[in-house]
Amino acid sequence: MESAAEGRSNKTRYLIVYVCILVIATLQFVIAYSGAQGSQLLTEMLALACVEAVLAVLFFMHLWVDSRGLLWFVAVFTIFVILAMQYGWPDCFRLLNGVPGAQ
Amino acid sequence: MSYANLSIHGHAADGVPPVWSIPAKKMAMWLFIIADSATFAACLFAYLFLRTADAKWPHPFDSITNVAIMTFILVTSSLTMLFGIDAAKSGDKGGAFRWTMITAALGAAFALLHIREWMGMFAKDVTLFHNPWGSPNFGAAFFSVTGLHLLHVSSGVIALVVVALRYQGGRYNSDDIEITGLYWHFVDLVWMFVVPLVYLLNLSH
Repeated sequence: MESAAEGRSNKTRYLIVYVCILVIATLQFVIAYSGAQGSQLLTEMLALACVEAVLAVLFFMHLWVDSRGLLWFVAVFTIFVILAMQYGWPDCFRLLNGVPGAQ
Repeated sequence: MSYANLSIHGHAADGVPPVWSIPAKKMAMWLFIIADSATFAACLFAYLFLRTADAKWPHPFDSITNVAIMTFILVTSSLTMLFGIDAAKSGDKGGAFRWTMITAALGAAFALLHIREWMGMFAKDVTLFHNPWGSPNFGAAFFSVTGLHLLHVSSGVIALVVVALRYQGGRYNSDDIEITGLYWHFVDLVWMFVVPLVYLLNLSH
């Protein structure tokens, strides 16, 4: 069981993270309307989404206070799987530009 | 939770301590979340692949007010879920039930707005296999990604209501509220990637 003081401290932390996530989400909308295009826009959007995700995983899903073993397990497996998917990018550019080096 | 408590809850009755002292049900939910994040990553990767490979990819979103409201509702529902989990852990049964039901209501509101968003797309003559912009994969990619997320939200709303009612009835404990909360936060987390990649990258300036 949680003490009342612990409960208040948790609520304050949740509210801070909640506000941070809302601010980042608002920033994404502002950037989208700022006129940035292409890979720059994609990079900025993905970077902000990753920050939001890290905040949510660590503080909303309590991975920060859970076992460090679980934190590493989740981080390594998830990041490895997502990075492993990136092998396909050259193919989508081939569809647009043809095989690199071909006439 | 101590090892003794874990034994009482049946997670380590055979004397073998659970991995990283995490209850088995919670570990199962984390494994599901890892697998599901791979599913969503694959869908979003496929979406970006198609978008990059198509020079005529449409930018159909002229107003994103609906999406902004949906985002606010979903992030707020994560906060109410946390309040529910905290209430359950401190033994406040009424508070846990109330916050969990508020979370479910916010989830239902999100789902309704999502359907409204889809209706807007149907009104623009966008379907799975057809759209007015001549980019054949747009409809399939859009409805697949957002549809998979909507499916997760709908399942989450049902799970929240069932768990809250059973917790109120004494059949479930605070661990069950926490595990359902993990799933709900994951649904929120996925939306943080869907919004920029599917909507904000395709604004009609």
